Amino acid sequence: MTTEKHRPRRALSANAVGIALVAPLALFLLATFFIPLGGMLFLSVDDRELGKVMPGTVAALADWDGAGLPGPAAFEAAGRDLVEARKAKIAGTAARRLGYEASAWRTTIQSTARALPRDIAAVTDWKSTLIAADDAWGKPDIWQALARARGPLTDVYLSSALGLQGGQDSTLYVNVLARTFVIALSATAICILLALPAAYLLASVGPITANLLMMALLLPLWTSVLVRSTSWLVILQKNGIFNQVLISLNIIDTPLELVYNRIGVLVALTHILLPYAVLPLYASMKALPRSQMQAARSLGAGPLNSFFRIYLPQIVPGISAGGLLVFILALGYYITPLLLGGQGDQMLPFYIAYNTLQALNWGLAAALASILLIATVILYALYVRLVGVQRVGV
Amino acid sequence: MTPEMHYETINQERGITMKTRTAILHSALLASVLALPGVAVARDLTVVSAGGIFQDAQREVYFDPFRKETGIPLAEDSWDGGIGVLRTKVGAGEANNWDVVEVEAEEEALGCEEGLFETIDPPTVGGAERYIAGSVTECGVPANIFSIVLAYDGAVFKDGPKTWADVWDTKKYPGKRAFRNGPKFTLEAALMADGVAAADVYKTLGTPEGVDRAFKKLDELKSDIVWWSSGNQPMQLLGSGEVAMTTSYNGRIRGANAENKRDFKIMWSGNILNIDSWVILKGSPNKDNAVKLLEYLGRTDRQVEWPAKLGYGVGSVAAQAALPADVATTLPTSPEHIAAGITVDADFWVQNIDALNERFTAWAAK
Repeated sequence: MTTEKHRPRRALSANAVGIALVAPLALFLLATFFIPLGGMLFLSVDDRELGKVMPGTVAALADWDGAGLPGPAAFEAAGRDLVEARKAKIAGTAARRLGYEASAWRTTIQSTARALPRDIAAVTDWKSTLIAADDAWGKPDIWQALARARGPLTDVYLSSALGLQGGQDSTLYVNVLARTFVIALSATAICILLALPAAYLLASVGPITANLLMMALLLPLWTSVLVRSTSWLVILQKNGIFNQVLISLNIIDTPLELVYNRIGVLVALTHILLPYAVLPLYASMKALPRSQMQAARSLGAGPLNSFFRIYLPQIVPGISAGGLLVFILALGYYITPLLLGGQGDQMLPFYIAYNTLQALNWGLAAALASILLIATVILYALYVRLVGVQRVGV
Repeated sequence: MTPEMHYETINQERGITMKTRTAILHSALLASVLALPGVAVARDLTVVSAGGIFQDAQREVYFDPFRKETGIPLAEDSWDGGIGVLRTKVGAGEANNWDVVEVEAEEEALGCEEGLFETIDPPTVGGAERYIAGSVTECGVPANIFSIVLAYDGAVFKDGPKTWADVWDTKKYPGKRAFRNGPKFTLEAALMADGVAAADVYKTLGTPEGVDRAFKKLDELKSDIVWWSSGNQPMQLLGSGEVAMTTSYNGRIRGANAENKRDFKIMWSGNILNIDSWVILKGSPNKDNAVKLLEYLGRTDRQVEWPAKLGYGVGSVAAQAALPADVATTLPTSPEHIAAGITVDADFWVQNIDALNERFTAWAAK
């Protein structure tokens, strides 16, 4: 019944089915991942807030050369915009945006909006009215800041995230980024060191024992991160189980400080992420025939020699896959440092959350998230280049 | 050939089996289910307070009787404060799931100014004269009167700290201290520890030098400070022995003593008095019921029960007058306690909370 003529059509419809099957997933990813991600990246350079609150001022400053004070039209536009903004209760948005240029101007905008007369018709000289409300209006700086903030795009968020803005606290986020990488790298190193013997044990015992050990390894994965972090708090705190045991065994006299510092963060992070290091290592060790080591030994290589020249090179894919997985997961940890760390141990996600929820500086939050994303991608690319993508094993 | 078989054959010819058809149907179904959360559903009136034993007490005194008497379903949530959270919630539009929120003084003022709250018509909530003069504002009615105080364990320090300067003295009183995460209440305490008179605290904080002075004083203690954010934490930190002393909302201390048979003591000297308000978030779909709730919360028979629960004060004038003396003297509003401390300057924090939050975050991260 089937003829040659039918074949292309069948292949085509099979393709269509394939596409139809993948489409829901693709749409889902597009809607829940790529579009929000793009939106987030855009938010870090988006600068249309001020234009919405003070449209007249933005228009009046469009052709201003930035030297000295702008003309009376700009003063009038700013005054009218602020009166309107106060009525619509949106002056806070403009105040916040200008506060990113210099924090004192946040107050300038708010107090000017409050101080201006509600009856616009009564004002004849806007320049002196504004300067009377706050003398910052008499200096060029604030006008230059308004001109800079008129949008539609800005680099203010990215440059303050990278510490290029100047000022006493400007390097905050660069330090936090460095700290984030140091903590993630330390957790990765500890995880790999602990995972090596654990995976080796799993790969060398009989199937029943291996199943039991695997259960023990995976069980914590099914417990919420919040619960595991809090449990570590209970164990490690000053009068916690760990310190009490050490004291009752007379090993120490005064309790060790193990929480609200780096130690607590690393202990919990390592515990939470360890399974992700063990599993890839286990897979690569399991795939390695035991006879290879025996052959190496029988051909005269010592235990160390055969480990480093035969065994280790062949489990590198497992080490790199596990290491990469742990490292990337560790970069995004929020709740564990929050519960177990001090203020000096908070990682970048903490400041992203702070800027999103508390400071409501979404531009800066987006810039920080973008930087974290880009830095991770760069490190990944570098890593693939050094180790080779086929050896990453993921 | 039966019709079914015929159908099967045709489909096979097209390269589609029943199985794949079902699979396509399932994925379409899955996609529509995933899209569902976007659909807005009418939700119950939601009241948001500080959680823990505080909200448990509010439930007993206010929320449960309200549910019983009015039959209006009332959902609860809790939060740790911060004007940014409210800005986000209101900015979320229909996705906002909060209606009535207990806020601190500067959050009330800032939020009202920024249009985050519905304005309140006093007669609809029982009239402004129900409350202490001036405490009903454009957007809020008084919810709770509390003091930020220092608490320590009487079993650890027989002779506890008497002033904020003592709190800074880690030789005389060894151990860590817990403070509320953020500049508010922390900078005030630092200045009082540095010898600024209670009456001059906000005058000093109002100058750049005063702020520098407060942060410099905090530097001295920084390595011994654990920061708390939710109202439950101070008593946990103190109870587990993690810290030797902590700032706390005054009522939590009494609650912890009663619940866990502890001997936590309060240092009233330099306490910081606050009035929290109830506000209704802008655009609440449950505004009518929210107003009903506010009116109910201010009733004298409810308010009079509140101080005895945890030791917090009330905004209702009639309830205050009806309090037995042995309760009234333990409250933050007793003349003795007011004289020993300061009252939070909401105007100062309205002007400065954003800038000082920023500075505090940078300082703490170092």
